[in-house]
Amino acid sequence: MIWQQLANGIAIGAVYALISLGLTMVYGILRILHVAHAGIYTLGAYVGLFAFRMIDHFWLSLAAGMIGAGIAGYLVQRVLYMPLLHLPRIAPLIVSIGLFTAMEEAFRLIAGPHTLVYNARIGLSKISFGSFQLTETQVLILLVSTAALIFLWVFLTRTRMGLAMRACAMDAEIASTFGVNVGAVIAVNFIIGSFMAGAAGVLIGVYDNQVWPTMGSIPAYKALAIVVLGGLGSIPGTVLASLTVGLAETFFIGVLAVPFPRDAVAFIAMILVLMFKPHGLLGKA
Amino acid sequence: MSAYSITILITVAIYILLAHSLNIITGRAGQISLGHAAFFGIGAYTAGMLYTKLGLPFWIDVPLAALSAGLIGAILGIPCLRVRDDFLAITTMGINFVVEAVFLYIPFFGGAMGIGGINLPGWFGREMTKTEFLFVILGVIILIYALDFRVSRSWIGLAWDSIREDETAAEAMGVDVVRFKVIAFILGSALAGLAGGFYAHFLTFIMPQNFGFGQSIVILSMVVFGGIGTRWGPLVGAVILGLLPEISRPIMEYRTLLYGVLLLLLMRFQPSGLIGSGSIFLRMLKHAVKAPKPAGRHGDSS
Repeated sequence: MIWQQLANGIAIGAVYALISLGLTMVYGILRILHVAHAGIYTLGAYVGLFAFRMIDHFWLSLAAGMIGAGIAGYLVQRVLYMPLLHLPRIAPLIVSIGLFTAMEEAFRLIAGPHTLVYNARIGLSKISFGSFQLTETQVLILLVSTAALIFLWVFLTRTRMGLAMRACAMDAEIASTFGVNVGAVIAVNFIIGSFMAGAAGVLIGVYDNQVWPTMGSIPAYKALAIVVLGGLGSIPGTVLASLTVGLAETFFIGVLAVPFPRDAVAFIAMILVLMFKPHGLLGKA
Repeated sequence: MSAYSITILITVAIYILLAHSLNIITGRAGQISLGHAAFFGIGAYTAGMLYTKLGLPFWIDVPLAALSAGLIGAILGIPCLRVRDDFLAITTMGINFVVEAVFLYIPFFGGAMGIGGINLPGWFGREMTKTEFLFVILGVIILIYALDFRVSRSWIGLAWDSIREDETAAEAMGVDVVRFKVIAFILGSALAGLAGGFYAHFLTFIMPQNFGFGQSIVILSMVVFGGIGTRWGPLVGAVILGLLPEISRPIMEYRTLLYGVLLLLLMRFQPSGLIGSGSIFLRMLKHAVKAPKPAGRHGDSS
């Protein structure tokens, strides 16, 4: 029982990490609270599902979902955020909220209000060590999220673009005086973040075996709480906070059976941590 | 006027109060709050519980609603306002989710069923009619606007202006930044609590869902739609967006989509709001007023 909850908690935490990393990267460079990121996550799930219905191949549909999300993320950045950067921080935030509302409605109008099943054969097998069991979709989630984390780490520490991105996160203006193409960095940043969000959408689609228009509502706000919990802009902090929240949720609700909504756990954890560490778990002062 | 239009007008009037109260926090002091509906809800629940459980009349429970919302605003606001500005947006959002969950999951607050049996206030030995209730709220709005004129000319108003424009500079000039932020947060929360008290007595039945995060976004939209930080902007926004659901009844299906797109387009092309500085709407108005004089174009950006 406990082991099962542990597996569930880690799987959920890994998906949270995939969603939240994009948010924290966007915040790191642009200082924008990108609420519509969850709309891109939902878009990834829908694109993946429709691709799966057409080509009947899970891994290709995952790639389709990620590409769809990446394109959407690029467009949002280009068309909506860039012209607003000189304005007070509330302007892009409101744009993001408006966009997210509109996206959810568009999904409902285009794909219908009901839940669609995403019943894919993945081709992996489940793993069990004694009483510790990972279902096939949990194996998939761990595989994809570990791959994404390794990719992100290699990208940020071993490539010129990654170096430029870290420089921009420290100070975009100074980075540009050293010849960094800040516009390109921001675009790549959004595309990578959106790839991961799209992957998360597809993963949750097959994990819960359903895709629905408002599936992004709760992740939208929970991911923000996770990002703050980890220390806005800190990538290791975000991963740590995602796993913490995933595990805390499954244990509070699943094991201790606390009669409290699981979606409030992230916010309670965030408020408690901020009281003692105002910069989050791994944030810099 | 029909009972139906009176009901809509009361809703709009309550939204004016809410938009104005959020404007104190977000517009005047420049602190982004995404959880204003929490304080609206705290006010509504205080009034509702005091009325139904203790039998306190409207005239006592509504001021107490404002007081309790202000008090809780102070308790929650002080730690929140010490953290970085972007954190405040998310912390207030978190507070909203937690407050809604508390109303929903703790049986003391009526759970999912909410609180029923709250009545319209009584006066002169009888129950107020809805029309009279509307006038009471309008009276409160006029009173609050009169206060607003005074406050914005006082040192509190000046301190808020300086914090909004440049927090670091304000601090360097000796303005106690945290203190004035907290004052704005308490005043805004208390006013939202007052609106909550009116709302409870008007609706006669309150549920946790009325005070969710979506409601906070609606209030924030009204403020930015009209023009954040301006005196009349929140009022204009509350009237337009408050009436929008009624006007757009024929296109019911696309209403929320329209709402999101409207917000997005407004911020993208007119970030200062309908009547904010340099807005197209104001420029057209000015143009119409002084139509004969073609000069004075560049003075419009003030």
